[in-house]
Amino acid sequence: MSILIDKDTKVICQGFTGKQGTFHSQQALDYGTLLVGGVTPERGGETHLGLPVFNTVQDAVSGTGATASVIYVPPFYAADAILEAVDAGIKLIVCITEGIPILQMLRVKAAMAGAGALLIGPNCPGVITPGECKIGIMPGHIHLPGSIGIVSRSGTLTYESVHQTTAQGLGQSTCVGIGGDPIHGMNFVDVLSRFQADEQTKGIVMVGEIGGGEEEEAADYIKAHVTKPVVAYIAGQTAPPGKRMGHAGAIVTGGKGTAEGKVAALKAAGIEVVSSPTDIGVAMKGCL
Amino acid sequence: MNIHEYQAKQLFLHYSIPVPDGKQATTPESAEQVAKELGGDGWVVKAQVHAGGRGKVGGVKLAKTLAEVAEFSRGMLGKRLVTKQTGAEGLPINSLLIEKTYPIKRELYLSVLVDRGSERIIFIASAAGGMDIETVAHETPEQIISVPVHPAAGLQGYQCRKVAYALGLKGAQIKALGKIMQGLYDLFLAKDASQIEINPLIETDNGELIALDAKINFDDNAVEAHPDIRAMKDPDQEDEKENKAQQFGLNYITLEGNIGCMVNGAGLAMATMDLVKLKGGQPANFLDVGGGTSVEKVCEAFKLILSDHSVKAVLVNIFGGIVQCDIIAAGILAAVEQVHVAVPVVVRLEGTNAEQGRALLSNTGLNLYAADDLAHAAEQVVALAEAA
Repeated sequence: MSILIDKDTKVICQGFTGKQGTFHSQQALDYGTLLVGGVTPERGGETHLGLPVFNTVQDAVSGTGATASVIYVPPFYAADAILEAVDAGIKLIVCITEGIPILQMLRVKAAMAGAGALLIGPNCPGVITPGECKIGIMPGHIHLPGSIGIVSRSGTLTYESVHQTTAQGLGQSTCVGIGGDPIHGMNFVDVLSRFQADEQTKGIVMVGEIGGGEEEEAADYIKAHVTKPVVAYIAGQTAPPGKRMGHAGAIVTGGKGTAEGKVAALKAAGIEVVSSPTDIGVAMKGCL
Repeated sequence: MNIHEYQAKQLFLHYSIPVPDGKQATTPESAEQVAKELGGDGWVVKAQVHAGGRGKVGGVKLAKTLAEVAEFSRGMLGKRLVTKQTGAEGLPINSLLIEKTYPIKRELYLSVLVDRGSERIIFIASAAGGMDIETVAHETPEQIISVPVHPAAGLQGYQCRKVAYALGLKGAQIKALGKIMQGLYDLFLAKDASQIEINPLIETDNGELIALDAKINFDDNAVEAHPDIRAMKDPDQEDEKENKAQQFGLNYITLEGNIGCMVNGAGLAMATMDLVKLKGGQPANFLDVGGGTSVEKVCEAFKLILSDHSVKAVLVNIFGGIVQCDIIAAGILAAVEQVHVAVPVVVRLEGTNAEQGRALLSNTGLNLYAADDLAHAAEQVVALAEAA
């Protein structure tokens, strides 16, 4: 088993007929994802990439039985798209969009409370269960079905971890990019708890970065609840305070969210923290 | 995005938050004129730069006479102010804020920001104003009160009263503080702020509350929706290279080392800097070229990196996602030739067609090195920078 998605997960795409939506939907289809249709208002009834287009997410859910949705709409429309998916009963919402204003995400998260939907992202590469289902912008071919669960705040560092665990012959159960924004959906703990419960997952790679306190929370959680080996890497040890390092969430302010603090918390929880991003795969293999 | 104190105070006035009587000035003569119009027998001359810690380094001066206003203004305008927040180069003082002075009974602290842990807008207040709030939070956390606001309910009266009583305010001051907090909350929401700070919020001898300082940061992701805020941007207060990078959709931050870094992805860019340091080098910059690394983008990225003359070698680290590595390699090659890159460039390419990409970059007659893995690439670039 994997977590969150598998070969039977029915997926729709919001922003289906746009440039990004079209490109990545084709990639998903080529990978074997059970993409069953998409949503673009005023384009309902058309066919795109051989799949039906719907005006609303509600229509798409009724017409296809989809339980997951991936969002490729511009930043100022993304909050609306997420809430439309929630309203239509989508269980897993993956928002790729980068640059959503933080106050909009604040309202989205408050509106989602108690709705029973899971959100991955925004500003993330998405989620993939290798060989079964790819929802997002990650390159499919670097993945290998296997035993390592990967959770990361950064897109390209997820790829780096995938590449290294593939090179070690370990492969991945599921990889989740939780996104680089300060306010986002699933966090490290949400994903770690699922990896701990998943039989296929034998080891976990966790990639954090400067800013916020989620890595510290994850350290506490791992200490108390995770029995599987965890290898962690924290990016941003050389980042100067007060500067946003690309991701809106990657900023050290008021002495909080430093790489040193996160590394210390993870080490105190007994987690193997590698100081070089090139040692992730080797360290994971060594833990198994 | 940051704005100047005088601009922040103009916004405060729109939201009924009391600020000192004052006006911006850009010449010593106009500064003196402003002081004359304000009247009274004392003025404060404040350098307008996008950084805190001005008072300790002569960026805030009390003038007793109009002549002193002109004298202090002359001493500041056209100079660069170096505070603990600016870096060694400092920031240019192109304008001043001239204000009346007020008899201060107490200095308080009040701020609003988005707390990512609780996913709420929160108010933070303290009776220990005028000091560095992080020091207060660290040394005397009991002196800090924070109030989270539910996005659906909005700011409630009881929350304002709670803060007011914690600050030791009485009578009419309770209402006055409530008005200030509501103004801050409205301003925060209307303009997509990410942080507003009043330090200090003063209580005058006759009990009035006035925002003596004002600092507002805006959410970069939302500024596009607020032309009035965008118009307040002062490029002179920002790093020239960082501004230029923005125009080309690049994410660039100047650092102090001599190894230029060009990477796709923010996380990998940070990791690459860390690795350079781990191998004994010093990164000269953070640079995320983003996805879809076009020749034009890579050219601009090289130009930016090389405009920093301390750069002795460049490390390009690209994890080819959807785009194939041979195409990326061709782009890098074209950019190195177009920009006439003279310093050694080490390239690490990973992803589809990585070998073809490396082959393209080998034996070009240029100062280019195709590394087979990231650890070696970092070692190589550090060695090349040291040898230069």
